[in-house]
Amino acid sequence: MIAVHGISKRFGDFQALNDVSLEIPEGSLTALLGPSGSGKSTLLRIIAGLETPDSGRVVIAGEDTTAISPQERNIGFVFQHYAAFKHMTVRDNVAFGMAIRKRPKAEITSRVDELLGIVGLSGYQDRYPAQLSGGQRQRMALARALAVEPRVLLLDEPFGALDANVRAELRAWLRRLHDEVHVTTLLVTHDQEEAMEITDRIAVMNAGQIEQNGPPRELYDKPANRFVMSFLGPVATLGGVMVRPHDLRISSDPSDGAFEAQITRVVHLGFEVRVEAELAGGESVWVQVTRADAEMLEAEPGDIVWVSTHVDAGMMLDAGAEGDAPVA
Amino acid sequence: MSTPSISFARLGRRKPSTKAYVAGRPGPLAVGVVMLWLSVIVLLPLSAVVVKSLDGGVGEFWDAVSNPQAVAALKFTLIVSLIVTAVNAVIGTLIAWVLVRDDFPGKRLVNALIDLPFALPTIVAGITLLALYGHGSPVGIDIAFTQAAVAFALLFVTLPFVVRSVQPVLIELDTDMEEAAASLGANGRTIFRRIVLPNLSPAILGGCALAFARAVGEFGSIVLISGNIPFHTQVASVYVYKQLESDSPISAAAVSVVLLLLSLAVLLGIRLLGRFTSR
Amino acid sequence: MMTTRRSTKYGLRFIALAYLAILLFVPVGLILYRTLEPGLNHVWQEITTPAAVHAFWLTIEVTLIAVPLNTVLGILAALVLTRSNFRGKALMDTVIDLPFAISPIVVGLSLIFVYGQTGWFGSDLADAGIQVIFSVPGIVLATIFVTLPFVVREVVPVLIEVGDEQEQAAATLGASRWQTFRRITLPSIRWGVAYGVVLSTARAIGEFGAVSVVSGKISGQTETMTLLVEKRYGNFNVSGAYAASALLAVIALITLLGMTVLNPRKDPS
Repeated sequence: MIAVHGISKRFGDFQALNDVSLEIPEGSLTALLGPSGSGKSTLLRIIAGLETPDSGRVVIAGEDTTAISPQERNIGFVFQHYAAFKHMTVRDNVAFGMAIRKRPKAEITSRVDELLGIVGLSGYQDRYPAQLSGGQRQRMALARALAVEPRVLLLDEPFGALDANVRAELRAWLRRLHDEVHVTTLLVTHDQEEAMEITDRIAVMNAGQIEQNGPPRELYDKPANRFVMSFLGPVATLGGVMVRPHDLRISSDPSDGAFEAQITRVVHLGFEVRVEAELAGGESVWVQVTRADAEMLEAEPGDIVWVSTHVDAGMMLDAGAEGDAPVA
Repeated sequence: MSTPSISFARLGRRKPSTKAYVAGRPGPLAVGVVMLWLSVIVLLPLSAVVVKSLDGGVGEFWDAVSNPQAVAALKFTLIVSLIVTAVNAVIGTLIAWVLVRDDFPGKRLVNALIDLPFALPTIVAGITLLALYGHGSPVGIDIAFTQAAVAFALLFVTLPFVVRSVQPVLIELDTDMEEAAASLGANGRTIFRRIVLPNLSPAILGGCALAFARAVGEFGSIVLISGNIPFHTQVASVYVYKQLESDSPISAAAVSVVLLLLSLAVLLGIRLLGRFTSR
Repeated sequence: MMTTRRSTKYGLRFIALAYLAILLFVPVGLILYRTLEPGLNHVWQEITTPAAVHAFWLTIEVTLIAVPLNTVLGILAALVLTRSNFRGKALMDTVIDLPFAISPIVVGLSLIFVYGQTGWFGSDLADAGIQVIFSVPGIVLATIFVTLPFVVREVVPVLIEVGDEQEQAAATLGASRWQTFRRITLPSIRWGVAYGVVLSTARAIGEFGAVSVVSGKISGQTETMTLLVEKRYGNFNVSGAYAASALLAVIALITLLGMTVLNPRKDPS
């Protein structure tokens, strides 16, 4: 279990974290999700002890570790760019934590082999990091971090430096690993798809604060504010209300509360169809419909249609609301 | 070969990362030890020179520095160093160009030999040049005891500076730019002048600064071939040496201070250049 | 790659090689030739005279003191420059560069003003019976001064390039600062250190100007190899001077070999 209380951190003029408090349940795989500059990496590094907070406390497994060095916190840390020990073999990399603790050689060897087996790098013991692909290096880094049986596992954008398909593969693999190993894991990422797909809980961060914290489904369906809503999924605005494009309906017949719009584009994206339309006031909106629905509608650019939302899930948007949130 | 201070510009750009728990991060004790080391070895003696030069007051300092022979030595040193630096700027760049862009049998050997003046003791360089271009020269050239000889010796010892400064930049240079210029109709000369040269100038200037600093202070390679004729081929470093030998320490110290100021100016110039180019 | 006209290419090549021949190849070749002309036997005799042998060992001794000291402190200074934050970093950086830019004569002079008889510590040293100037310690101090920057300057770019993430990783894995330094930092800089050591050694062996001033050139006592060369030449023992020079030139060529071998390795990218 990890808990932070009232953490603040400033770098020069920049307030990276502002009175942040958070609890991460034991054994969970939690994401710290947010855009660049939101403070998520800083928070992770403070939990690791690689940075010290200006104020606040860090509690790991019930122990106040705020003043303890990273060496003594018994954590595992995985870096975005692997931080592999270039001059050591894979075996020596993974064995490092145990070698430092002067474990007997036999114990080290068997544990290294076991871990390499778990991460799918059996047989790579004598290779050097330079001979491994990015994905392999990151798996080695994970094995290395797990070798010392840490209380918590901290991952700093671990898949950020990898190709898209490797990323997808490794992300799913991480989830399976977590299901097997059950270490409390905290994952920093800016990729909402990643967070949504593999985590038990997500803490969304923005500008040094936590916007919302909860299971992925809850964040998606009941976002606490505009930022969370637009960060976690696509949004469209209809009559001052923010909705998900898949919660909008298009009809050729007017109905109560529907808005008149003219179709500007119809984009076929495989299974789903994206209908872009311009409302009376000049704003544009896009609606996600299934192929079947699109065919039934026979929508063409230039057609006049009626757009409505069938669900009262949506966000109140007042004019002059604060800062634009990125549309996913 | 190392280029001083050019790397410092990169130091300044690093993100400030905090906290000394992380290993490999030296604490204040290490900083103190290094400072102590530098103070004892470098700063202490140099400050002694400055203090000594003022031992007889500003008046004596001024007399020592404005002494006609001192002035002649300093003037000659400055002029010949500037000429040598200018020559190096051109020929050093040319040699770097040939070593990077051209290929011929023995190129690797030639490349390795460029560092020879850097590795060879200066006195050996002096003897070597004297043997070849002095009295009894096998090629019949005798320039010993002339100002040309001093220039020649300086060209020898400063050879590696511009070449080694320009080479890595030339290697890293993105040839895409040159190809783009060629596709737009520029010929070789224009491409060199407008594309390559501007990108090389910081390196050339850096190498020149180092060469200049070296030339101004050079002693060992000059002391034999120049004949040390006062008012003619005597350089500042030899003048200082002679002053010391003839038991005029204050005079020696005063002229040394001038040389020191020159060195500092060059170093600060390199630092500013580094900061400017790292943007 | 920009295609140069063939005539330009050959022209440039010719100029470069001609310049290097006149300035570099021919002189060095001549010395080696002139040295070997009287025969290897003669050369051997010249470099095994008592004065020569002493000069050789003195040069080695001084080098073996100055270079390791500057290596250890150079590594420390490089770490301090790249990994610490303190005011005066720019000043430290400039001071480290000073030996590159200062005339060796001024170096020698500065040491006399501190440790010489009439220097700042002159009387204290005399009372303690320690002689620095005109004795070996002075030569050592001068050599330390002039070889100071080399290891630092080679290690700093390597440290910058490698970054400190590996050290952070080591910390999270439980390594203490010393363990991290020994197992992670040091191996990552070893080629840079090696290159710096080669450069410092060459400089230490070849130092002339500073040593000229502080040593007193006492044959058989404070005469280094370079001073021996100068003395022999001054005494018109030309072949003796050439022999000693040739030995130094051979050492220089070995240095060059070391530099050529280590140069590609020291670049961590």
